[in-house]
Amino acid sequence: MNSTILFRRGRVIDPRNGVDGVRDVLVRDGRVAEVSEAPLSPSGPDVQVVEAAGKLVLPGFIDLHVHLREPGEEGKETVLTGCMAAVAGGFTGVVAMPNTKPVNDSVLVTEYVKAKAREARLCHVYLAGAITKGLQGEEMSEMGALVAAGCVCITDDGRPVMNAGLMRRALQYAQLFDLPVMVHEEDLTLSGKGVMNEGRTSTRLGLTGIPPSAEVAMVARDLVLLEETKGRLHVAHVSCEGSVRLLREAKRQGLRVTAEAAPHHFTLDDEAVGAYDTHARMNPPLRTRRDVEALREALADGTIDAIATDHAPHGVLEKQVEFDKAWNGVVGLETALGLTLALVREGVLSLQRAVALLTDGPAKAFGLPGGHLAAGAPADIVVVEPNAEWTVDSARFFSRSRNTPFHGRRLTGRVAQTWVSGRLVFEDGHIKEHR
Amino acid sequence: MRHLLGIEGLRRADIEALLDRAEAHLQGGPDASHVLRGRVVANLFFEDSTRTRTSFEMAAHALGARVLNWTAAGSSVSKGETLLDTVRNIEATGPVVLVIRHRSSGAPHLVAKHVRCAVVNAGDGTHEHPSQALLDAFTLRRRWGRLDGRTVVIVGDILHSRVARSNLHCLTALGAKVVLCGPPTLLPPGLESLGAEVSTSLDAVLPRADAVMCLRVQTERQTENFFPSAREFSRLFGLNAARAERLKPEALVLHPGPMNRGVEIAPAVADGPRSVILEQVAHGVAVRRAILEEVCR
Ligand SMILES: [Zn+2]
Repeated sequence: MNSTILFRRGRVIDPRNGVDGVRDVLVRDGRVAEVSEAPLSPSGPDVQVVEAAGKLVLPGFIDLHVHLREPGEEGKETVLTGCMAAVAGGFTGVVAMPNTKPVNDSVLVTEYVKAKAREARLCHVYLAGAITKGLQGEEMSEMGALVAAGCVCITDDGRPVMNAGLMRRALQYAQLFDLPVMVHEEDLTLSGKGVMNEGRTSTRLGLTGIPPSAEVAMVARDLVLLEETKGRLHVAHVSCEGSVRLLREAKRQGLRVTAEAAPHHFTLDDEAVGAYDTHARMNPPLRTRRDVEALREALADGTIDAIATDHAPHGVLEKQVEFDKAWNGVVGLETALGLTLALVREGVLSLQRAVALLTDGPAKAFGLPGGHLAAGAPADIVVVEPNAEWTVDSARFFSRSRNTPFHGRRLTGRVAQTWVSGRLVFEDGHIKEHR
Repeated sequence: MRHLLGIEGLRRADIEALLDRAEAHLQGGPDASHVLRGRVVANLFFEDSTRTRTSFEMAAHALGARVLNWTAAGSSVSKGETLLDTVRNIEATGPVVLVIRHRSSGAPHLVAKHVRCAVVNAGDGTHEHPSQALLDAFTLRRRWGRLDGRTVVIVGDILHSRVARSNLHCLTALGAKVVLCGPPTLLPPGLESLGAEVSTSLDAVLPRADAVMCLRVQTERQTENFFPSAREFSRLFGLNAARAERLKPEALVLHPGPMNRGVEIAPAVADGPRSVILEQVAHGVAVRRAILEEVCR
C-alpha cells in the first residue's frame, strides 16, 4: 500500500466543509492530510499520483440501508459480494440491516457479519441491530450489548413496529446510547395484502393496492412519540408526499428526526409496474408522479437527509413468478450514483446537494466517520467521471442478484475509482486487491 | 393478435372482427371443424371454473382441436412447482394455445413472456376476463345492432371484478357509456381515468340504463368489512323486482354468473323477460371459437 497519495487537480466537492473547486487532495497513511487550492508537490519515492483533472473527487458514499443477506441467504448476496457492489457504486460505507437468518438481534450475529466484512476487506460495514428479538415486535433486543458490539442503529426494517407502546419505549431506551431508531413505516392493517401503490394503475391491473396512508399514518404516530420521548428517529425509504409534509413540519419544530429516500422512489412511479414487472415490486411501493415530485423537493430542501438504496437482492426464483407472489426489493448499490446525478441534470438538485445526500447527510444521520474530506478524516474517496455515459446491464453487476427495474437504462456518471482508508479497492470496472 | 391477454389496448376494429366471426359461427356459417384439426388446445385452470372451461372446451372441439384439460387440484403445483415450470412442462407436449385461468392478476402475461404458443386469458385474478366481456358485448350487440350511445350500468363488487374491468374496456371501445356502481369500499380509485362514470347510488343511475350487469358478490367480502352484511348489500345494490320496475321498458339485465339469487339479483329478475343471462352462456362458445381461431391464425 502506498502511504502517500495525491489526487491532482480534480473538482473536489466536500459539502460538510464547504469545498467545491479544483483542489489537490493529499492522503497519508489512510487519512486525508491536506486539501489544497494550490498544487501540492509531495516528495518521496512512495508518492502515488491520481490525475483527477476533469473528474470529481468526492468523499466516499455512505448507504444507510442495505441488505447483505448474510448470514442465511448467501445465494442472494454475501457480505463480500455486497461490498463489491458497494465499492463499484462508489460506496465506502454501508449499514447492514438486521433481517438476516438468524436475525441480528445478538452480539453473535453482529460479530459474524463484522468478521465477514473484515475478510472482504473492501468497505466499512456498519451494523444495524434489531429493535425487537427476532423482529417479532414483542420484546426489545439487548441494545446495550448490540451497541457495545458495534451496532450503529437499531431497526426492525422490513417490518414496522406495530405496537405503539413498545415503539415508545424503544425510542426512550435507545437514548441510553444516543442511538437512532430506524423505522420501516407501514401500518399493516392498512397495507394488508397490497402489492403495489393503490391508485389508477393498481385498479387497471387488478392488483391489490397499498394506500399512502399505510406509511403516512405510521410516520405521524412515530413523530408524536418522538416529540414526547425526545429520542432519535430515522425514517427509512420515505415514499410519499404525506410523509414528506409531516417530516418537514417535524424538522421545523426541531425534532431529532432524519430521513432517507431511495433512488427507485425518486425516479420511478407506479406505472413502472408496466405489464406486471416484478422488478418494480418493492415495499414501500413505487408511488405516483406527484409523490416522486414531493420526494425530489424534499431531497433538495433538506427534509430528506440521505439517499439510501435499500439494496435488497433477490434471486430469479423470487422474481420470476406471479406479481402477487413475488418478493419485494431491488438491488441499488451500483445504480445509485447515476440515478442521483440524473436529478442534477434535470435541475432538481445542485451537484453539491446531490453529493451531500450521499456523503455528509448519511454520515451525520447516524454519526458515522467519513462523509467528508477534512484533514484527519478517513481517506474514503470516490473519483467520478461525471459525463461518462453507460448502460445498466444487470448481468454485469457485482451483486450476486439482478433484480433491478433499471436494466437497460442509460445513465450518466461513472465511478472511476473507489478508495477506502487510502486503499484503492475499485478501479475502472474492477475490484482491486480482492482476495 | 398473438395472444389475448386482455381487452385493454384492443382497437374497436379488433373487437368487431372477433364479434363478426362469432356471429358467423352462431349462424352456422362455413364449416370450421378443420381449423385446428389435430392440434391441441390446453386448458390450464389454476382456479376452478367449470363454466368457462367447458365453454372453451366446446369451442376447441368445434374447431377440430383436441383438448388437454389440466387443473391445479392434485397437480405438482400443490407440491410447490412454480407457474412457469408447470407451463413449460405442458408446452413441451405441443399445444398451440394455452387457455389460462389463474388467481393472480397478470399470470397470463408472465406465461406469455416465456412460451412460444398463443396464450388466452380465461380470467386472471381481479384483472381481466376478456372472453366474458366479448360475449357480453356480443349479446348486447345482437339485441341492439350497435352499442354506440347506450349506457350500461355495472353494479356490485367492482374492486375485485375482472368482468367489470374487461367490460369497461370492451363496451367503451364499442361506443357505449359505462357506469360502475357500488359501495365506496368496492370502487377502487382511478376508475374515471379509465373512462368510466362512477356512482354509489344504483337508484340514481338505473333510469338511464339501457342494460344493467349485476356482478357476483363474494360473501366473504363481508368479513373483510367491505360491507356490513349481504342483506344490507342487497338492500342498497341488489337488483330486486321493485328496482327492475324503474328500468326503461326495453332495458336488459345481464349477469356473468354464477349468481347469488336474492343477493345481487332477485330470482324474478334473473328469470324475467329482461334477462339475457342464458343467451350470454349460449354465446360463450361462439365467441370463444372466434378467439381460438384468431390467436391460431
Ligand atoms: Zn424497509
